[in-house]
Amino acid sequence: MGRLLRCIALVVALSPPARAAGPRELVVFAASSLREAFEGLGARFEREHPGTKLTLALAGSQDLRTQIEHGAPADVFAAADWTHMRALVTAGLAGPPRTFARNEPVLVVPRDNPAGLRSLGDLPRAKRIVIGAPEVPIGAYTLRILDAASRRYGTGFRSSVEARVVSRELNVRQVLSKVSLGEADAAVVYRTDARSAGQAVEIISIPPELNVVAEYPVAVVQRTNQPALAREFVDLLLSPQGQEALVQAGFQPGKTE
Amino acid sequence: MRLPRANAWGAAQACASALLAGFLLVPVAALVLTLRWAEFRDGLRNPLLLPALRLSLFTTSSSLFLVVVLGSLLAWRIARNPGRASRWMETITQLPAVIPPAVAGVGLLLAFGRRGLFGGWLAAHGIAPAFTTPAVVMAEAFVSAPFFVQAAIAAFRRVDENLLVVARTLGASPFRTFLRVGLPLAAPGLVAGGAMSWARSLGEFGATLLFAGNLTGRTQTLPLAVYTAMESDLRAAQALALVMVAVAFALLFVLRRMAPGGVLPAAEARGA
Repeated sequence: MGRLLRCIALVVALSPPARAAGPRELVVFAASSLREAFEGLGARFEREHPGTKLTLALAGSQDLRTQIEHGAPADVFAAADWTHMRALVTAGLAGPPRTFARNEPVLVVPRDNPAGLRSLGDLPRAKRIVIGAPEVPIGAYTLRILDAASRRYGTGFRSSVEARVVSRELNVRQVLSKVSLGEADAAVVYRTDARSAGQAVEIISIPPELNVVAEYPVAVVQRTNQPALAREFVDLLLSPQGQEALVQAGFQPGKTE
Repeated sequence: MRLPRANAWGAAQACASALLAGFLLVPVAALVLTLRWAEFRDGLRNPLLLPALRLSLFTTSSSLFLVVVLGSLLAWRIARNPGRASRWMETITQLPAVIPPAVAGVGLLLAFGRRGLFGGWLAAHGIAPAFTTPAVVMAEAFVSAPFFVQAAIAAFRRVDENLLVVARTLGASPFRTFLRVGLPLAAPGLVAGGAMSWARSLGEFGATLLFAGNLTGRTQTLPLAVYTAMESDLRAAQALALVMVAVAFALLFVLRRMAPGGVLPAAEARGA
């Protein structure tokens, strides 16, 4: 028993002191694809709310959801699809969500376009295709797009494309990097990601009637201890300035009404 | 005065042991304890599991074979020929151990990928390793070789030089001396190094993901399957992770039996 007490005393003595209260901090959990847009909007939010520090935690929507479920200190959650947002709302962990942006999948090819692709219909000409895993949103959208394309280009379309898939990556940036490195001839990513690759890739739009547009929902996390501030950030996203910043980053506006 | 001091030393040992052993055990125990039996059973039926298990066993044994055969000869050369060249060689073979696995993956891609340093030359010979099963073996060999080579050099250095001289004077060729004297005397160290290297390649994630990609049955090893399952279902990922821990534990257990007195590392599964 004496040993145990000494052990505990040692651990207590070595543990760091409790953190002193500093300026207000708003923690925003956001899907990775929102990086560019949210960095700009975060700076704006800090200017409009002096004394407030906005901290961005960027990761896949699934990872962020798991972290919130396990008690991560988030105030706002902005996801890249509805699955994970709905799970949090159902569990009572997130307030009513609102769609603040849309993101359109596009085809990307390396700048020298070795397979000579011009449209989605040319995709079976590519030797090496990289797509998202069906478990992640971009992968699920890609399969739905391939199904829609099969109805137009013939039933073999999806299987002939899938036969040329060399990797099903776990996030969009990894899909994109395979094309910008020239290792893959074609890939399906969001327009925002494609734009972030700059000159390294060429973007080929997918016909709107075959495309599946991703909706980005945002909600205030229920456990937040500053709900008013969190709501103000959500309002900024939905304001004309917020929507303008998102469009600048390649998103489509969230509001359709 | 002697007694209290001895007591404090004992307490310090007990504290340290309990803290570290507990810290190492708790996450693994949590993997087991937080999973219900039905969830585990469902996880075993996950379509990702069998192809990944098969691929992991195949690729890790291939990379272990390559690393042990090439690594033994390299380590023997370094251990028996002290000098500047050997010291350089030793440092170079340790490099992959300190490079983050994801960086190793980028390196492999930039070396052997389509647009890599040797990509054009390889392609001219009809070889394109990126995104194939051989790419998985290459990634695993790259990250795991340093562990074996380091252990093998140490083991070969401990072999008594006199015994080798005696073998030579009795007429054994240098190769026979290596095979019949060097190898058996260094065996415990070699097995320990092999186990460490095998454990590292079983847990290999970052380099594989970048260089070999993630395709079920072709390049999706167990760690990649765990990560992929995690995208949709944490419980399924946990079940797959448990299978991986069990496989690693079983193999290390067998190796520990094989190595008389050899000190074996515990199984480890490192992420990117």
